[in-house]
Amino acid sequence: MNTNSNTYTFIFAIILVTVVAGLLAFTAMSLKPRQMENIRNEKMQSILSSFGVDESRDEAADFFDTYIKKQLALKEDGSVDESVKAFEINLKNEIKKDPSKQRFPIYIAEKDGKTIYIVPLQGNGLWDSIWGYIALDNDENTIIGAVFDHAGETPGLGAEIRESWFENQFIGKKILNTPDVFTENNFVSVKTVKGGAKADDIHGVDAISGGTVTSDKLSEMIFERLERYLPYFANN
Amino acid sequence: MSAENQLFSKKNIKLLTDPLNDNNPITVQVLGICSALAITVQLKPAIVMAIAVLFVLVFSNLIISLLRNLIPNRIRIIVQLLVVASLVIIVDQVLKAYAFDVSKQLSVFVGLIITNCIIMGRLEAFALGNKPWAAILDAIGNAAGYGVILIIVAFFRELLGSGKLLGYEILGHKAKTIAESTGLYALGYDNNGFMLLSPMALIVVGVLIWLQRSRNRKLIENS
Repeated sequence: MNTNSNTYTFIFAIILVTVVAGLLAFTAMSLKPRQMENIRNEKMQSILSSFGVDESRDEAADFFDTYIKKQLALKEDGSVDESVKAFEINLKNEIKKDPSKQRFPIYIAEKDGKTIYIVPLQGNGLWDSIWGYIALDNDENTIIGAVFDHAGETPGLGAEIRESWFENQFIGKKILNTPDVFTENNFVSVKTVKGGAKADDIHGVDAISGGTVTSDKLSEMIFERLERYLPYFANN
Repeated sequence: MSAENQLFSKKNIKLLTDPLNDNNPITVQVLGICSALAITVQLKPAIVMAIAVLFVLVFSNLIISLLRNLIPNRIRIIVQLLVVASLVIIVDQVLKAYAFDVSKQLSVFVGLIITNCIIMGRLEAFALGNKPWAAILDAIGNAAGYGVILIIVAFFRELLGSGKLLGYEILGHKAKTIAESTGLYALGYDNNGFMLLSPMALIVVGVLIWLQRSRNRKLIENS
């Protein structure tokens, strides 16, 4: 058999490509349900851990139903859109829309008799997406926990945002200048400070040395996202 | 002689051990440098990467070796690329479904395996001309030779760069001030942030090459 003839080359290429395409399509389709379940469970796990409930990914779904009392999709003016399921909102696609068409998901949990508001975050890091969840106490001002994650930040530098030493810094920080005043002028958010935040700074946390861009983008993300929820917080 | 003796004949054992020393893909052939720079900041991704490359290299070497008499010469590179890329995608998909945490750890590096020159190099130089069993041994040897260097470089970079190994603070805890720190940091030691940047990986690899050649003089080129 002449393996160098044009006909043979074409036939070989066609057969190989078909076999490979079929194999990949089969793998992707058959593994899809499991992958989706992993992603859902991870989302639930992240939401839970933002207010200090650390459970394994497999058990996250059970605990999620226990703790999370309400899942709301908010409009720009802070009113609730009943037609949208908050958990199903893909924030990455959502933030590309016009603000008036966007729906902002918020999760309301109850733990030890306290109401906790969990705001999902989504933004761009240095190389790729960064996201997370920030949990606010029932004064809608004090942060009781935050989790962050990333798709492709530099390991050892920007990627440190998902480490607990970084996340734990946010606990106890305040997002408002004066409590209970939910106006844009009064909203300061929490910022990462290069060179380290002062110990008494209630709006600042240490940035990551060597991860300046990621740190800055993270501050930006928290500011942009939380700002959207001010109308809701003002009325609730 | 029994089949086992043939399977592990001197020649075959050499396929396995050669890449670990005299013919190391990184320090001697200087292949796969790109990933050696990118993922050796910490030990854990380096180990996971070494395992992933082992898997992909063994299977792609085996498949190409089985097909070696059927592959048309003119499109052989495309065929090799297709095999490697599909294997990497399958690995990625399986990890996402059954080892979600490992998959998150690897994230972008999985894609990097496709561009790893060692894999294409072994397919082109070895699998195309050798029987499947020899190809498997060659793949294991080369992936191990690659992995060993990766792990050595990552060990030094994580230790000196962030004072940790696999995420554990083994040099003590570094607080904001020396007084609050423990271990070496209490004595005024500081991490070398430079170790976290890519150029230092190149320098560490360079030092490894120097050490290897000073012990193994036949590797030194006559100029």
